[in-house]
Amino acid sequence: MQNDRLIIAGREFTSRLWVGTGKYKGFAETKKAIEASGADVVTVAVRRVNITDRSKENLLDYLDPKKYTILPNTAGCYNVEDALRYARLARAAGVSDLIKLEVLGDERTLFPDTVGLIEAAKILVKEGFIVLPYTNDDPIVAQKLVDIGCPAVMPLAAPIGSGLGIRNPYNLKIIMEMVKVPIIVDAGVGTASDAALAMELGADAVLMNTAIAGAQDPIAMAEAMKYAVYAGRLAYKAGRIPRKLYATASSPIEGML
Amino acid sequence: MAEAIQIQVNGEQRGCRADATVGDLLRELAIKTERVAVELNLEIMDRKDFDHRSLKQGDRVEILSFIGGGAPMDAQGKGRGFVHAE
Repeated sequence: MQNDRLIIAGREFTSRLWVGTGKYKGFAETKKAIEASGADVVTVAVRRVNITDRSKENLLDYLDPKKYTILPNTAGCYNVEDALRYARLARAAGVSDLIKLEVLGDERTLFPDTVGLIEAAKILVKEGFIVLPYTNDDPIVAQKLVDIGCPAVMPLAAPIGSGLGIRNPYNLKIIMEMVKVPIIVDAGVGTASDAALAMELGADAVLMNTAIAGAQDPIAMAEAMKYAVYAGRLAYKAGRIPRKLYATASSPIEGML
Repeated sequence: MAEAIQIQVNGEQRGCRADATVGDLLRELAIKTERVAVELNLEIMDRKDFDHRSLKQGDRVEILSFIGGGAPMDAQGKGRGFVHAE
């Protein structure tokens, strides 16, 4: 597993667990949780700088850019124009052409607006962005995103922050078989077994935020997720036994009295 | 002393010197320019231009940076999230 690197658009990643940085109690906790998770990709949002009430701290002061790939998102964008605007601002503020593209369709479910997503992705790819799209667990949409030029796709496991786990493993499996780019299962994971399952299905990575940040002990959960993703990946590579309805004895009959 | 003008910064009205540049404004606000994006009247600025572009009466400036995110509260709390910059 030492050389089991994840490569997206020529970039090499050592961790198959990617984490968001929202919802923590403070920057110190965020940093500890990220360290415990072993993640080397962290997502951030783009927002107005608070010009009236400033403290000296900034999230990025806590995250060494040499250690982490900063992946800005377009969270909170409900139409193509906003998503483009935030993506361009992220690039102007940031460190790279990477963008986690979200075009949301509905406030209650936060499900992606896949029509808007495809439209926005097309434009951003043309502008030279490395677009990692947050999408539904829809294989056809995933394929379209790849055709446009997305070097990876990020289908959801369940609604963002729901903790429901993998609601449609068969669709995810179809996406993994159909689409020839890395698949990062994004959103909906609740606990370690969900992350392990995503990896056992063949996901290339898992991205999560709430499952860690919202846990009673986020740092312990971050560590649990690290092992879950690692175990799931190992199990996937090892190749599981087929499911059978009836028993197969493990001990030989021969030599019995 | 230069005449004062009114501009809008991150949605708030604010007075500033008529000959001030975007770079001057950032320094006045004690905002480090790395990892900050500035949008002037809906156009994203190249950071090389911060010290060359003078502010004009009625200019709308948006100064943005990265905050913790990756999950739904970002979406629901749109505009609520603030980043602390020096």
